[in-house]
Amino acid sequence: MPKSLFEKVWDAHAVRTLANGQTQLLIGTHLIHEVTSPQAFGMMRDLGLKVAMPHRTFATVDHIVPTDQLVEPYSDPLAQAMMDELRKNCRDFGITFFDRATGKQGIVHIVGPEQGITQPGTTIACGDSHTSTHGAFGAIAFGIGTTQIRDVLATQTMALGRLKVRRINVTGKLRPGVYAKDVILHIIRVLGVNGGTGFAYEYGGEVFDRMTMEERMTVCNMSIEGGARAGYVNPDETTFAYLKGRPYSPKGAAWEAAVAQWKAVASDAGCHYDDVVNIAAADIAPTVTWGINPGQGIAINETIPDPAKATAVDEKASIEEALAYMKLKPGAPIKGTKIDVAFVGSCTNGRLSDFQEVAKFVQGKKVAKGVKAIAVPGSQIVALQCEKLGLDKILSEAGFEWRAAGCSMCLAMNPDKLVGDQLCASSSNRNFKGRQGSPTGRTILMSPLMVAAAAVTGTVADAREVFAVNNN
Amino acid sequence: MSLAKITSLTGRGVFVPGNDIDTDRIIPARFMKCVTFDGLGEFLFHDVRKDPATGQTTDHPLNDARFKGATILLSGANFGCGSSREHAPQAIQKYGFKAVVAEGFAEIFFGNCTTLGIPCAVASREDIARIAAAIGQNPQTEIVVDVAKQEIRFGGQTVKAAVRDSARDALVNGRWDAIGELLEGAAAVKSTAAKLPYLAA
Repeated sequence: MPKSLFEKVWDAHAVRTLANGQTQLLIGTHLIHEVTSPQAFGMMRDLGLKVAMPHRTFATVDHIVPTDQLVEPYSDPLAQAMMDELRKNCRDFGITFFDRATGKQGIVHIVGPEQGITQPGTTIACGDSHTSTHGAFGAIAFGIGTTQIRDVLATQTMALGRLKVRRINVTGKLRPGVYAKDVILHIIRVLGVNGGTGFAYEYGGEVFDRMTMEERMTVCNMSIEGGARAGYVNPDETTFAYLKGRPYSPKGAAWEAAVAQWKAVASDAGCHYDDVVNIAAADIAPTVTWGINPGQGIAINETIPDPAKATAVDEKASIEEALAYMKLKPGAPIKGTKIDVAFVGSCTNGRLSDFQEVAKFVQGKKVAKGVKAIAVPGSQIVALQCEKLGLDKILSEAGFEWRAAGCSMCLAMNPDKLVGDQLCASSSNRNFKGRQGSPTGRTILMSPLMVAAAAVTGTVADAREVFAVNNN
Repeated sequence: MSLAKITSLTGRGVFVPGNDIDTDRIIPARFMKCVTFDGLGEFLFHDVRKDPATGQTTDHPLNDARFKGATILLSGANFGCGSSREHAPQAIQKYGFKAVVAEGFAEIFFGNCTTLGIPCAVASREDIARIAAAIGQNPQTEIVVDVAKQEIRFGGQTVKAAVRDSARDALVNGRWDAIGELLEGAAAVKSTAAKLPYLAA
């Protein structure tokens, strides 16, 4: 019987069926960070439990780290307390910690792949919903809560019901100026923010075959924004080339054996999918959000939805609520909307290629007057790569602030916050009310290049026009 | 570890209308700078309960004195979407809620709630509106969320309220916190791990 990658990985990691019908699923790799783990370690201590597989558990610090202060103690004592707690927990329980001093610190979903910890055919869990990112490698990766972090720490397993699999084919060729971010924003717009409930998304088709690993990560990252518990791309030569030679990648004969296993784990031709969705690449435009969830997106040339034209009561109410919060006019073009802040970074778009693309186009240009623009590399290694290429200088000369690695303004648990009702053109993943640190702050999600276009024009703009983009 | 068998919960309710109420709305990220979950309850729905400009309390249902002490939270579709942060269900629980009734729940949120022993029951929009109308008229209305029977009883009416099989089983049989059962599987875990090259190495 042909099987999907999801079925193969699930079956290989299923330990047994629990009394309530859920599966006790073995989690091969557990990634932890400072925000959702301290309470789990507290529970471990209360119950007198040890970490089952400390060598399969990896920690980093990302959410709370300041990006403009490298020396501890941090000016925010609460942030310092979380840092200290993680350090202590890693020491007490024998866990590898990619602390800042190691030069390998960064956003957990950037660190795992860049260290070669994220591998095809594995199961991964992390107390963060964007764990779906790791699916780009053909891993099944779950975002989990703190009590489940305790479960994985103590047993290297968790209780979970089997998911259905939806295959999403994106066929044809993306138009110039259309990026991986646009692909996922488009998918969420089409399928809805809860369209993926109960599913793992398998992304495939020519567009994904051609994508780099960094682009695949951008797409898988936002699976959860479409309600899917996990998202993945089948591993191929692109995956293997990315992983070869990374610190935790298999070496020598073990590498050849691993590649053979990774090839075998990909979905078989003719396997069963619970649902199939086909999307034509040509239909995808540079996409921006106008509302307060990631499904509320439109093509850059479209107008802001009008609640008067809504076909359902629900839709009308949600448009009204979103527009009231976003202070946007129904029926008006989104293009030309004035912005206050531009943010390039996050686990969605904080990798080398994101900064390369921005630098390529902002070189010689200036951030518009009155716009605060910040560029935050996703990891210390990304920062170093960018600096070696001089991208930091190009960005700084254009008027971006070049910061140290962390989650930063994606969720603003560090000092990088919007103020008042500032409007931010953001390469991050969520545009929820108050997401970027101010209870009235406003977010428009878009690709890094679209953020760059917004930064230099001071408005939501079409990067294809601003930068005369004619190829990818 | 012996856990309570959660077959049914009785209490007063409060209706927080809206679809897609996300985890940042439930508890803004800036209140998650903590190493314990204690005290999260007071920040539940913080930014919609306090006017960000004036600091004054808003007309949010949780600010309405008539609904003080409610233990059953009612809302719309896709409740709890967004983050996997357990801070959201923890804040709901620490505030005093024992059950959530909505048109639908985001996946991770649902799992997190179940693990904390908070039943998430799915009811139709019309039925939720009916319950909301009853408590609007009389906030003292006693609501019974019957997990075992998958129904909600209030003011002489009974409506359907689905609780997914695995969660219902876990709640009514007192095994909603899986840790005990997971620990018992240690030997089986070892043999499964031994068959996986990346874990055997």
